[in-house]
Amino acid sequence: MKKTFGGPSIFLDRGDINTDEIIPAKYLTEVTKEALKPFCLVDLSLDGFDPKGEKLANARVIVTRENFGCGSSREHAPWVFEVNEIHTVIAESYARIFRQNMFNCGMLAIELPKEQIDKLFALEQGSGDVDIAINLAEQKIVARGNSSEVCCSFEISQFDKALVEAGGWVEYADARY
Amino acid sequence: MGQTTAEKIFAAHLRDEPFQGTKVLDIDRVLCHEITTPVAIADLEWRGKDRVFDAVKIKAVIDHVTPAKDSKTALQAKILRDWARRHEIKDFFDVGRNGVCHAIFPEKGYIRPGFTAIMGDSHTCTHGAFGAFAAGVGTTDLEVGILKGVCAFREPKTIRVNLNGKLAGGVYAKDVILFVIGQLGVNGATDRVIEFHGPVVETMSMDARMTLCNMAIEAGGTCGICQPDMVTVEYLWPFIEEEYASKAEALADFQNWVADTDAGYDKVLDFDVSALEPQVTYGFKPDCVKSAKEMAGTKVDQVYIGTCTNGRIEDLRQAAAVLKGRTVADSVRGIVSPATPKIFQEALAEGLIQIFMDAGFCVTNPTCGACLGMSNGVLAEGEVCAATSNRNFSGRMGKGGMVHLMSPSTAAATAITGVITDARSF
Repeated sequence: MKKTFGGPSIFLDRGDINTDEIIPAKYLTEVTKEALKPFCLVDLSLDGFDPKGEKLANARVIVTRENFGCGSSREHAPWVFEVNEIHTVIAESYARIFRQNMFNCGMLAIELPKEQIDKLFALEQGSGDVDIAINLAEQKIVARGNSSEVCCSFEISQFDKALVEAGGWVEYADARY
Repeated sequence: MGQTTAEKIFAAHLRDEPFQGTKVLDIDRVLCHEITTPVAIADLEWRGKDRVFDAVKIKAVIDHVTPAKDSKTALQAKILRDWARRHEIKDFFDVGRNGVCHAIFPEKGYIRPGFTAIMGDSHTCTHGAFGAFAAGVGTTDLEVGILKGVCAFREPKTIRVNLNGKLAGGVYAKDVILFVIGQLGVNGATDRVIEFHGPVVETMSMDARMTLCNMAIEAGGTCGICQPDMVTVEYLWPFIEEEYASKAEALADFQNWVADTDAGYDKVLDFDVSALEPQVTYGFKPDCVKSAKEMAGTKVDQVYIGTCTNGRIEDLRQAAAVLKGRTVADSVRGIVSPATPKIFQEALAEGLIQIFMDAGFCVTNPTCGACLGMSNGVLAEGEVCAATSNRNFSGRMGKGGMVHLMSPSTAAATAITGVITDARSF
């Protein structure tokens, strides 16, 4: 089923956030996605970030830096976002497996140039709360702070877009192969 | 223009190109373990598609937490076990016969030059040591692999790494790959294959080549690839002797997968590693690398020898050569996990297990265990481990713990002194 995208955002101002930080290995003994829900980013130590805070609880979009999701191939990382209704990550770059896992789950791993990511962080610095609207058809995002906004377009491969439209790789592959 | 090894494999396995730049490949090996497969199995059941595309091309093992440590891990093992039985997956390795996936599958001869392989495990890149394209994937890719035998990739560009010179004594494949990751950075090879060439690789055993390729992912690489040669043929010969009239014939066949001399590379890196010293990581990223000498004196609480990087027989020989006649420092807990039952038995027969035990090491059964902080040697907060594994992320081996990556030889020397030590100083 096709997912919905956009909403309140949380900003993680560090590169190379790995999948052990997104969901530590000790929780990989769960056999359902729902069971992962309380453990989203639980071991991420980052100034000002509280894994039990309201900001993360309300977030529907994560904005972060380069090489997000590096390390383990665990799809538990996108799943812990999915069960917390975070269907979009916006980053400067991703580790390949994490990026593919996001699209395979029918979710968005949007890549933006560093300058655009910097603008989003600047908006968050000034506003605190940033709401991000995502228009997949037109490949545009609009990030709204308290008094200003940042608009930009993004690239997405036709294949990744088709996966999102289909609701994920299983649906896509099952219909085609 | 000629082709790289990965380009040749992609061309030979191309099932579909739904969009320009996206290649759907036929997969020769879909490899499964008990951590990432159960959710795929449950999803296939939920969809009413509990089928497998080919029970022979699928291989499965319980390796991450084994024997089960609690009810949850017992359930994961049971889901995989029941599924393997239900679908008559003959090559399924359970307690007593199981070992670390990236050691046991090559050891059984399942990976051949020119093959495509996927597994829900990032260190699947290890299998590229055979001249194969092997990539770690998530559970959804694994699920589609199980059901349809295909996987989609952006065709990766290739970085060619020429390893020139000759390694000094006491310097090993682990030191080389740590050095290369230090040069490339943790995302220096993202969406790239790393193709290893040069005299240093040519003289490496398959065990050493697997160590080299195992850590390609730590530079973000999709796969590490070594060129198939007579070393590859010799390793695989017991499994292929009925397929080929002679080793020369096997070699000629395997060499179809060797990169063309005029292949196009994204980047070519030349390293003369003759002066390379034993390498050790500091900090929490695998590209934070210094020499063992620079790190000397750093106190550790635990030494862990094993894993898909360095748990093979040659690794145990390296460590045992340093440990022989010596004992582990009082302040250190030494743990060694031979990566497969075969390796364990070889180590027993060669007297290596005796050396480890005499030195005061705890010898565990084959398992991934401590490497990712799941069992058999998890660290307490504030503790430090010298490990032959592949990731030094903060908390990787237990919340608040720190890991220094190094070769089995350096780890053994460190166990004896209790502080990071260059084994060549003994």
